[in-house]
Amino acid sequence: MTERNQTEKNSDKSTAARRNFIGAVAAAGGLAAIAPGIHLVQVSQANTPPRPAGEAASKAVRWGMLIDTTKCSSGCNDCVTACATENGINETVKDARQGSQWIRKIDIKEVKTGRSHSLPMMCQHCANPPCVDVCPTGASMKRADGIVLVDRHICIGCRYCMMACPYKARSFVHQPLTDQNPEVPRGQGCVESCTFCVHRIDKGQQPACVETCTKAGHNAMLFGDLNDPNSEIARRVAQVTTTQVRADLKLDLGVRYQGI
Amino acid sequence: MLRTFRLAVCALSAVTALVSTGAVAGESRVPKPAITIENPGKCVAPVDEMRRNHMDMLKHTRDKTLREGVRGMKTSLNGCIECHASKKTGSVLGNENFCQSCHSYAAVSLDCWSCHQPKANFKATGALPAGHDSPTGNASTAGAKQ
Amino acid sequence: MKIEQYTPAEERLFYILLAFGGLVSVIGLGAAYYMEHFGHVVSGMTNQVFWGLPHVFGIFLIVAASGVLNVASIGSVFGKKVYKPRAPLSGLLAIIMLAAGLFIIMLDLGRADRVLIAATHVNLTSVFGWNMIFYPVFFGVVGLYLWTLMDRRMHGYSKAVGVSAFIWRLAMTTGTGSIFGFVVARQAYQSAILAPMFIIMSFAWGLAVFLLVQRSMYAWNNMELHPSVRQRLKNLLAIFIAAVFYFVVVYHLTNIYYAKETAFEHFILVSGGIFPVLFWGGYIVLGTLLPLFLLYHPAIWPKSGSVCAASILTIIGGFCLLYVFIIGGQAFPLDMFPGMEVSSTFFDGVVGTYTPSLPEILLSLGGLGVGFTLTVVGVRVLHFLPQDDLAKLQDAGHAFD
Repeated sequence: MTERNQTEKNSDKSTAARRNFIGAVAAAGGLAAIAPGIHLVQVSQANTPPRPAGEAASKAVRWGMLIDTTKCSSGCNDCVTACATENGINETVKDARQGSQWIRKIDIKEVKTGRSHSLPMMCQHCANPPCVDVCPTGASMKRADGIVLVDRHICIGCRYCMMACPYKARSFVHQPLTDQNPEVPRGQGCVESCTFCVHRIDKGQQPACVETCTKAGHNAMLFGDLNDPNSEIARRVAQVTTTQVRADLKLDLGVRYQGI
Repeated sequence: MLRTFRLAVCALSAVTALVSTGAVAGESRVPKPAITIENPGKCVAPVDEMRRNHMDMLKHTRDKTLREGVRGMKTSLNGCIECHASKKTGSVLGNENFCQSCHSYAAVSLDCWSCHQPKANFKATGALPAGHDSPTGNASTAGAKQ
Repeated sequence: MKIEQYTPAEERLFYILLAFGGLVSVIGLGAAYYMEHFGHVVSGMTNQVFWGLPHVFGIFLIVAASGVLNVASIGSVFGKKVYKPRAPLSGLLAIIMLAAGLFIIMLDLGRADRVLIAATHVNLTSVFGWNMIFYPVFFGVVGLYLWTLMDRRMHGYSKAVGVSAFIWRLAMTTGTGSIFGFVVARQAYQSAILAPMFIIMSFAWGLAVFLLVQRSMYAWNNMELHPSVRQRLKNLLAIFIAAVFYFVVVYHLTNIYYAKETAFEHFILVSGGIFPVLFWGGYIVLGTLLPLFLLYHPAIWPKSGSVCAASILTIIGGFCLLYVFIIGGQAFPLDMFPGMEVSSTFFDGVVGTYTPSLPEILLSLGGLGVGFTLTVVGVRVLHFLPQDDLAKLQDAGHAFD
């Protein structure tokens, strides 16, 4: 355990240094090549350069999301729509209970006081994910940078991870699919959930939900590297009180909520 | 008893002989795969190597990319599709098309396409999944563009 | 070995039973294929209640498979003579029921075609992963045990292998109980008591199945169980039923005591529609009180059929209990935000509903059909009819220990 922490710290330092360097290069190159269409907001959030080809995801990074529920309005579904478009979740199912939901909006109201909030709920990308623990084949897995994924190549569709997930974040695909997006394979008989738009993150982009929320001016979602003390999300998390849903389980979530 | 056995052996060898001569003469009842190479000469490896090892290459990439997050590898399934999709149908699936025609001929099942998109340059429509009500209209394009 | 002569009528009945069992199994296979082809959209299972009837049947069979071996264990591990002639049948039924249970569970997988992956990629932090090791070894150990019983040269090893099978079976059912016991997310589960509770449930259900099969075999051969043997077995069944009841009471009492679980208990025991009905009517009345009454009432238990009826009721009660436990545990909404009212597009805060569809029912029955067919073939091909040495029993004055 200690040994692992040690190496983690060491690699932390070197990777941080490398990331800063790459960041500087990318920023310099990016400024020259920047297209007029790109919003400034994106630049300010784009603290995450694309990972070079051939390089594996790094343990030094811990991707995370901060959701400001005070800015999230009930009835707004922009993040959900963006997710559906990006990830090709477009199938029609006869029974809505059999449909997939990678991200959903939840309205909560305190019973005693009537105080209410709205918030998006999705895979919380736990550091200690119960779905990974219970998966019989190892299909449910956590990538080095903290993203929890389903390896559908070895998923047998037993649904034990759905039993284990405290957030109802996982869906089972109940029917054959044909209209997948090329970068987001998904299909019948396997379990799936939010991937933090891993295919976008690896290119240095934000997850679709976050990008849309920001572009639409809601600014309720912030994405970044929780391990990088200079990232906006790390600074915000250090400044404001944030909540982890079902913190009693001590799963160390990648998604944090502010204002509930 | 012995006689029946001998008869059976004779009959069997006759059938085998017929079938094998047919195959040699190219008269097999199974049609040869119709492989059209849309972009010849651009493959990541020589034909012989691809024929023998494409499955291992793809599996290697799949595990590296999904489980370790390595991107931009030499081989990728989407790379195959972009190059090999039929110009007519846009897909690598279909009896006449690259993946399926050969796999049907070799009688090897193709499991990729229950999850992966077999069409090149495919863009899924952004219809909302069942159960979602969208009170704010379609904000769908924002997230999808790269 | 002497080949028994069957009358033509018996012969015909055997093939009728075989055809019946085979047909039910084939229909089950067809149903599984249908579900694989069209996807689970044709099942009643949803993303809220994703383990359904097949899991109730499969887990019942797997639990009872372990318990039915108990009869052999009492004979070979604890040395009770009256159980020894029953050991081969007990071992055979254990293998058959585990196979039947796995038949259902494996064919219900979303990707049943990949079932081999479960054997080639085992995640050892998963209780399911452990079970992937428990099940095949169970087949092996019980098979070996049967060998030591049937082959005179191997008799010497029978005790050692019997003890191994006994220990392995306890571990396996601990694993089955822990499938739920290790789930922290849901209020119905996450309890260490589930492991011993599943073991004791396996004792009761396994013995009930054993008694039914034994009775059918005796009826076929126009034999009657010796009254003292019968009394011993019925007392054992009653003790197991009472023990299960004790565990169920403790499980619910602890839950009721915790404030965070009271809403869930209220749901299961009072307000949850079908679940309280199945719990009180199915498990408590039909599956516990009634069989205990049949087994203990001095005027009723000696009558023919009372033990048989009690066994059937125990099995029905077991199904009801598992249904409430598995389906009810999923139907109750996850409590992500304590003290909050929750609503969403994904049925958060809403009680899940579940109606099994025809393919699921057929698949579940198909598993029973597989078990039935294998049993019919097994007891005919192998001479496993438990035969008590009555002279010896009487000499011992019914003191069989």
